[in-house]
Amino acid sequence: MNPALQGVITIIVGVGGCIGYFFLSNLVLDKFVFPPVGKHAGRNINRANLVRPWLFLLPAVIALGLYLAYPVVATFWLSLTDRDAGGAFVGAANYVQMMNEPKFWEAIRNNMLWLIVVPAAATAFGLIAAQLTDRIAWGNIAKSLIFMPMAISFVGASVIWKLIYDTRPADQDQIGVLNAIWVGLGGDPQTWLTIPFWNNFFLMVVLIWIQTGFAMVILSAALRGIPEETVEAAIVDGAGPFQIFFKIKVPQIMGTIVVVWTTITLVVLKIFDIVLAMTNGQWGTQVLANYMYDKLFRSFDWGVGSASAMVIMLLVMPILIWNVRTVRKEMR
Amino acid sequence: MDNIAGTKSSLTWAVHISVVLLVALWLFPTVGLLVSSFRTADQIATSGWWSALGTQKRQEPAIRVEGDQVQEGDVYVIHGELFPVADAKVSAWGTSSREPEAYEPGQTVDIGDGDTLTVSESGAYTLTSPESLEGKRLPRIFSTAATPPEFTFANYRNVLFSSTAAAGVGQSFVNTLTVAIPATIIPILVAAFAAYALAWMEFPGRSLLVAAVVALLVVPLQLALIPLLQFHNAIGIGKSYLGVWMAHTGFGLPLAIYLLRNYMVGLPRDIIECAKVDGASDFQIFTKIVLPLSFPALASFAIFQFLWTWNDLLVALVFLGTDDQRLVLTARLVNLLGSRGGQWEILASSAFVSIAVPLIVFFTMQRYLVRGLLAGSVK
Repeated sequence: MNPALQGVITIIVGVGGCIGYFFLSNLVLDKFVFPPVGKHAGRNINRANLVRPWLFLLPAVIALGLYLAYPVVATFWLSLTDRDAGGAFVGAANYVQMMNEPKFWEAIRNNMLWLIVVPAAATAFGLIAAQLTDRIAWGNIAKSLIFMPMAISFVGASVIWKLIYDTRPADQDQIGVLNAIWVGLGGDPQTWLTIPFWNNFFLMVVLIWIQTGFAMVILSAALRGIPEETVEAAIVDGAGPFQIFFKIKVPQIMGTIVVVWTTITLVVLKIFDIVLAMTNGQWGTQVLANYMYDKLFRSFDWGVGSASAMVIMLLVMPILIWNVRTVRKEMR
Repeated sequence: MDNIAGTKSSLTWAVHISVVLLVALWLFPTVGLLVSSFRTADQIATSGWWSALGTQKRQEPAIRVEGDQVQEGDVYVIHGELFPVADAKVSAWGTSSREPEAYEPGQTVDIGDGDTLTVSESGAYTLTSPESLEGKRLPRIFSTAATPPEFTFANYRNVLFSSTAAAGVGQSFVNTLTVAIPATIIPILVAAFAAYALAWMEFPGRSLLVAAVVALLVVPLQLALIPLLQFHNAIGIGKSYLGVWMAHTGFGLPLAIYLLRNYMVGLPRDIIECAKVDGASDFQIFTKIVLPLSFPALASFAIFQFLWTWNDLLVALVFLGTDDQRLVLTARLVNLLGSRGGQWEILASSAFVSIAVPLIVFFTMQRYLVRGLLAGSVK
């Protein structure tokens, strides 16, 4: 069957199925299971209202449980077993094997670098962009142009930046901007993506370029939410623009800065597409998610692959706990 | 904020310049690829895209004189054009590779055997010889010429419609669309009902469920790959579109529920209580009041989910497979980067085919996107 047709049918079946389920399950509940008539009318209404939330929640709960909660457990179990041995329990063997691979440690080191550099740089650029664009008339246009890379896929962005890092032999014109500038300044053409260690930063630039717009949008809203009196009071006290920015504004939006920082951190922890498309982890640019993909789908080593996925989960854990605690506090 | 006292006007110009620089810096990479996608393979390979916008002065490859000779009086003449198509301006020319810029345009030069050659500024040349040129080896002309910017749609025609070269980009475009649209629509409904229950219905375990949704919001989908692939194989859907749709639905749900619940909680309590007093059931309240009022949040999520599914690589690679007929655009691009890493005309135009749709969505629906971002992260 033509996939497009299949898609249309799926939409109809999916949407129709959802509506049908919600409508019919409500109908059955009200008309047949606990009808609000007869001598138990009041009791039945109460019972129906006890059941109804779960009718509303059921599809979502099943989907969440099956597609997100169960895999965490299953992956943990896979990381403790050996696929070649028919899924036999091997304890921590996969983890030990992973720890002995230099590529794993390279991935850990690079992920840490990414974790430090990208959120910091994107938040800083975003903050600068937000502060500057808020003060000028055409700020909204500027904002949407800086925000634009957000809509571009990581792979598309990788193609865009690969052109910038392109290298031609020394006797030809350079078609990559970076080399054109470098040669213009008197250097020899470099293959930027193969320079050990520094190539990581050339990859990070791509993500910073994408995430700055996100940081800018959120921080700009926060900056606008600052009560004007605090700024005016500072001006009356003789504070300069930089003092106002760093001593009055930034402290007041610290909460938002933390949120932006952690959101970008989550993106960084899962970074995969950019590395796959630009270097595929060669020349010392491996990261955890790509390492995991290598293990799972190229060497078909599910044990080690799942173990590295658990490492990513472990790194996400602090943010997860912090988020849950924040929400629990708000719910009370 | 811009007219409060103390905003020094002397700083204003500095702000303007900084923003111009920042915007230029952020646009530059994308513009580079966009311009490149309209240049011919030759142009991309020999000069930077930034020189494409102005007139380019460069040494052209040698062109051998050709054409039919005509007898004019007692001499034989061949007339021809160096650049029949392009509108180029010759600044210097020569007849040997050692001295490619030996002569001025318009100069008439003796090239031996009594033959003379002249090349005009427009690239028209005239070879004159006292005897017939039939069967004679004709000279080559080296020239340095300034060519005006030249752009072409050929690359796009090539990647989208041709059956050779980068074949498959058109197919991939359809595939991506097939993945993205159902994967955007289906989670919305499921999430909307759940969000309503979490926002407006009282039941034990509600706050626990909200916490669970928030927790699942950050669970890396990397963990789900193998277990779900096993699950899909077990229930017989294997690697298929159905599998991708289900996976995207599952992965998109936490954000959908979270965004929608946050929005629905903020709806005025009076409206809902009044409806309840008037005897409306939860189902009616949801479909008649809450759902229409939540349109902005629904739009926000739809845009997020569409951009995310359109741009996704990992989920498509894993749940749809790497079968050539079913590659999505992002996967196709990764393949092209590997197999045609040097052919920028194909890469650039393919990349823009994949970027175009999200950019259109982005610029037309930016308002909802921003609103969704704010609701999703500032809380």
